[in-house]
Amino acid sequence: MTMFLTIAVIVLFFLVIFQIAKASEYVGVLKGEKETRKQANKINGFFMIAFLVLGLIGLYWCNELLFKKTLLVHPSASVQGEKVDSILWITLIITGAVFLATQILLFWFSFRYQEKENNKSYFFPHNSKLEFIWTAVPAIVLTILIIIGLRDWFYFTGDAPKNAMQVEITGKQFGWIFRYPGADGILGKKYYKEIDPATNSLGLVWKNDTTYNLKDDPATHDDIVMEQTLYLVKDKPVKFIIGSRDVIHDVGLPQFRLKMDAVPGIPTTMWLTPKFTTEEMRKITNNPNFDYEIACDQLCGNGHYSMKGIIKVVTQEEFDIWMAKQKPAYYVAFPDKDPDNKKATDSTAKQPTMAATKLLNNTVAKN
Amino acid sequence: MSNEIALGAGAGLTTELAHEHHEHHEHHQSFLTKYVFSTDHKMISKQFLITGIVWAFIGGLMSVLFRLQLGYPDAHFYWLQDVLGKFWVDDGRITPQAYYALVTIHGTVMIFFVLTAGLSGTFANFLIPLQIGARDMASPFMNMLSYWFFAAGGLVMLSSLFVQTGPFSGGWVAYAPLSAVRDASPGSKTGMDLWLIAMILFVVSSLMGGLNYVATVLNMRTKGMSMTRLPLSIWALFFTAVIGILSFPVLFSGFILLIFDRNFGTSFYLSDIYINGVGALPNEGGTAILYQHLFWFLGHPEVYIVLLPAMGMASEIMSVNSRKPIFGYMAMIGSLFAICILSFMVWAHHMFVSGMNPFVGSVFVLLTLLIAVPSSIKVFNWLTTLWRGNIRFTPGMLFTIGFVSLFISGGLTGIWVGNSAIDIHLHDTYFVIAHFHLVMGVASMFGMFAGIYHWFPKMYGRYMNNTLAYIHFWITLIGAYLIFWPMHYEGLAGMPRRYYDYSSWESFKQFAELNRFISTVVIITFATQILFIFNFFYSIFKGRVVKDKNPWGATTLEWTTPIRPGHGNWDGEIPEVHRWAYDYNKDGREFIPQTEPIGADETEHH
Repeated sequence: MTMFLTIAVIVLFFLVIFQIAKASEYVGVLKGEKETRKQANKINGFFMIAFLVLGLIGLYWCNELLFKKTLLVHPSASVQGEKVDSILWITLIITGAVFLATQILLFWFSFRYQEKENNKSYFFPHNSKLEFIWTAVPAIVLTILIIIGLRDWFYFTGDAPKNAMQVEITGKQFGWIFRYPGADGILGKKYYKEIDPATNSLGLVWKNDTTYNLKDDPATHDDIVMEQTLYLVKDKPVKFIIGSRDVIHDVGLPQFRLKMDAVPGIPTTMWLTPKFTTEEMRKITNNPNFDYEIACDQLCGNGHYSMKGIIKVVTQEEFDIWMAKQKPAYYVAFPDKDPDNKKATDSTAKQPTMAATKLLNNTVAKN
Repeated sequence: MSNEIALGAGAGLTTELAHEHHEHHEHHQSFLTKYVFSTDHKMISKQFLITGIVWAFIGGLMSVLFRLQLGYPDAHFYWLQDVLGKFWVDDGRITPQAYYALVTIHGTVMIFFVLTAGLSGTFANFLIPLQIGARDMASPFMNMLSYWFFAAGGLVMLSSLFVQTGPFSGGWVAYAPLSAVRDASPGSKTGMDLWLIAMILFVVSSLMGGLNYVATVLNMRTKGMSMTRLPLSIWALFFTAVIGILSFPVLFSGFILLIFDRNFGTSFYLSDIYINGVGALPNEGGTAILYQHLFWFLGHPEVYIVLLPAMGMASEIMSVNSRKPIFGYMAMIGSLFAICILSFMVWAHHMFVSGMNPFVGSVFVLLTLLIAVPSSIKVFNWLTTLWRGNIRFTPGMLFTIGFVSLFISGGLTGIWVGNSAIDIHLHDTYFVIAHFHLVMGVASMFGMFAGIYHWFPKMYGRYMNNTLAYIHFWITLIGAYLIFWPMHYEGLAGMPRRYYDYSSWESFKQFAELNRFISTVVIITFATQILFIFNFFYSIFKGRVVKDKNPWGATTLEWTTPIRPGHGNWDGEIPEVHRWAYDYNKDGREFIPQTEPIGADETEHH
C-alpha cells in the first residue's frame, strides 16, 4: 500500500513539474524569445554564482565532517607510508590551489559575462604568450611531482633491507594463507598440484612425487603455515612474497599505505617497516577494537568483500614467545615425524599441541 | 526554403524537396528503409542516440540497485524481490552475486554502450557530414551495419541478464583468471560467454563506424573546408575515431585469447591455479598480466574515446554561446592530438600494483602525468573563451560549463592516482571511483547532454523544453558533486571498491551514514534523468517548432541546411566554405557564417 502511495506521489510530482515546464514555455512564447532568454539568463547567471558560493561552503563542511574519518588524521603505520603521505599532501596542496582558482574563475566568468544588452563580446582568438605560460607552468610543476613520486616509488619497490624478515602471503577465494620460513630462514619449494586443502593448503613439496618429478624439499619441513592472522614485529622490516592460489587478489594494507596484487603463477613482493604495535595503534586511533586489516583490493569473486586478514604488530619479545609456540605445517600433516610426538609415544594419544590443533581446525574449516 | 514551409508541412515536404534534387535516392521509402535499415547518417545517429538512452537508463537503474545495497545493507526490499526474482534479491536483500553482476554490467554498459556508441556513435554520425559539408558518410551501408552490430551486441548483453547462472560478475575489466575459469565464479559461466560475444559484436560495430568517420573527414569535406577550418567538434570526433581504430583490435585479440583459454584448453592467461572444490587446473606457463596489458591498451584510450567527443562539443557549444571565438583554436587541436598520442602510452598506469616491473611503472608515471599538460591547456583555453564573452545560458551551454567544472575536479585527482607513489595507497579504493566518474563518466555524460540539447533542434526540428532542461541541469550537477565528492574521503580511508558490504570491517565501517546519504542522492539524481528522458521523447513529437534555420546564431554548416534536412542534407549545391568556424563578434559583426567569403576590408585572421 505504501508503495503504491509512494509511486502515486512521485508520479504526481513529475506531473506538476511537467505542467509548470509546459506553462512556462507558453509564457515564453507569449513574451517573445528575446525576453525569455533574458530572464533565463538572469536566473541561471545567479545560480552560477550561488552554486560557487554554496559549493565552497559545502566543501568546507564536507571536510569538517569527513576528514576525521580518513587515515590522514593519524600517522602512517609504516615508515614507507610516511612518504606516501608526504607526496599526497604536496599533491593535495598543488591540485587544491588549481582547483579553487579554476572553479572560481569558471563560475565567476559565467556569472560576470552573462549576456547583457549592448554588451559585446571581445574578439580574442589567441595569444601565444598566454598559451605558452599555461603550457610551461603545469609542465614544470608536474616535473617536480614526477621526480618526488619516482624517488619514492623506487624506494618502495626497491630491495628490502638485509635484516628483513620474510613472510609469504597467498590469496585464495576467500581468505589469506601466511607462511613463515621457520628456523632455516628459507621458504621451501611448493607446487600447486600438490595442494590438498586439508593438510597442505599451499602445495609444499615435502615428499617425493614421481607423477610430477618432485623431490622432497627439506626446507619445507620447518615452514610454518597459518591463516587469518599474521604476526609482524614493530620496527623490523618485513618482506612479503605474495602469490595467489586461484584468481588475482590484492594485499591491501590501508594503514600502512601500501598494496600489491597477488597473481597466480607470478610471485610479487612488497616490503614495509611497521612503526606501531597493534596496541599502540589502538591508543593512537582511540579505538579499542582497532586491528590492522588486510583488505582484498582486487575483485576476486562473490566473496571478495569478506576476504579479510588481520595483522598483529607486536614487539620482538612477544613475537618470539608466539613463534616458539608454532608448529611447522610438516609436523601437522605428518604427526609421526614430529619429534615432540616421538618423545611422547608412551603416552596414550598422539596429540598435537594446542596451536597446531587450532591451526589444523582452521585449515579444515577454511577449506 | 522559407520557414513557413517547414512549419506548415513538416518533414514530408522538406524530404520531398530534398529528393527533387537527388533523383538517385528512392522516392518512396518504406517504414523499414526509413526508420530501421536506414542509410541516412542522421537517422543512424538517432538510432544510436535512442539506443544509447535506453542503455543509459538500464545502466543507471543498475547503479541505483547496487547503491541500495551499499546505502541500506541491512534493509529488506521484499517488493524488489517480487519484481526481480530470487536470483537478484533473496530474502529482500540483493545477493552478492547480483551485486557484482550489477556493478560489472553497469560499468560495461555505461562505458561502451552509452559513452562510446551513444556518444560518438550519435554525434560523429550526426555532425561529421553536416559540419564538413557532405551529403552522407563515406560508406552509408557500412554505417548502417555499424549500428546493427551495436544493436545485436546490446541484445546479447541484455540476454545475459536472464541466464540461470547470472550475467558476468567479474568487473567490467574482466581480469583473467576470474573471467577465464568457469568455476571461479558463477558469473564466469554462460554469462561470460554472452558478455564476450556482445563485446566482440560491439568492437566490430565501433571499427566499422570509426573507419567511416575517418574516411569521411579526410575525403569528403566540401570545397574550401581545409582541415584547419573544421569545427573543433569534428577534430575531436576524428581523433576519437583514430584512437578507436588503433586500440579496439588489441582488445579484440585479448578477447580471442580469452575465448581460447575458456573453451579450447590453452594457457595464455592461466598458470598455477587451484580452484576450491575443483582442484588443480592443468594450465601452466601463462601470465594473467598479459590480459591486463591487452585490455588496458584499449582500456585507457577508451577513456579518451569517451572524453574527446565531449571536449570537442563543449568547445563548439561554448564558443557559440559565449558569442566569442574559441580561444587558441590551434592549441586546442594540438592538445587533442597530444592527448590522442599520449593515450596510447599510458595504459599501464592501471597496473602499477599488478606486479609489473617497477621500472616499467616509472616510465608510465612520467607519460601519464604528461597528459595533464594538454588537459590544462584545454581548461585554460575554455576559461579564456568565457572571459569577456556575452554568455547565453542555453541548456547546452549550462551542460558545457558543468562539463568543464567536472573535468577540472576529476582531472586534478588524476595527478594523484597517476603518480605511482600515491597510487600504491589509493589504487582500487573509492578515490579512484570518484576520480574516473567525475572526469570521464559524469563529465562525458554532461558533454553528451550538452550535445543533445544543442543539436536537438537540428535533429528533430523542435526544441526541448527549457524549464525541464534547467531543472535537469542543476539537480544533476549538484547531485554529481554530492555523490562523488565525498567518495574521495572514503578513498582516503583506504575503503576498497567493489565491496558488497563494509559493516564487518573495522577500517571502513565508519562511512555507513555517508553511504546512505550518497544512495539517497543517487535515487534523486536518477529520477531527474527520467525527467530528461521524458523531455527528450515528448519534445520529439510535441516540442516547440523551430522556425529559424539558425536558432543559436552559429557559424557552422549544419545550420545552413533546411530545418528538417532530407537524405542528402542540402537542397541543391553543397555550400562552399571561406573561413574558420569561429568568427563571432569579429569586426563588430555578431557572427559570420563559414559560407561567407572574406570581405575586402576584413581584418586578417584565418
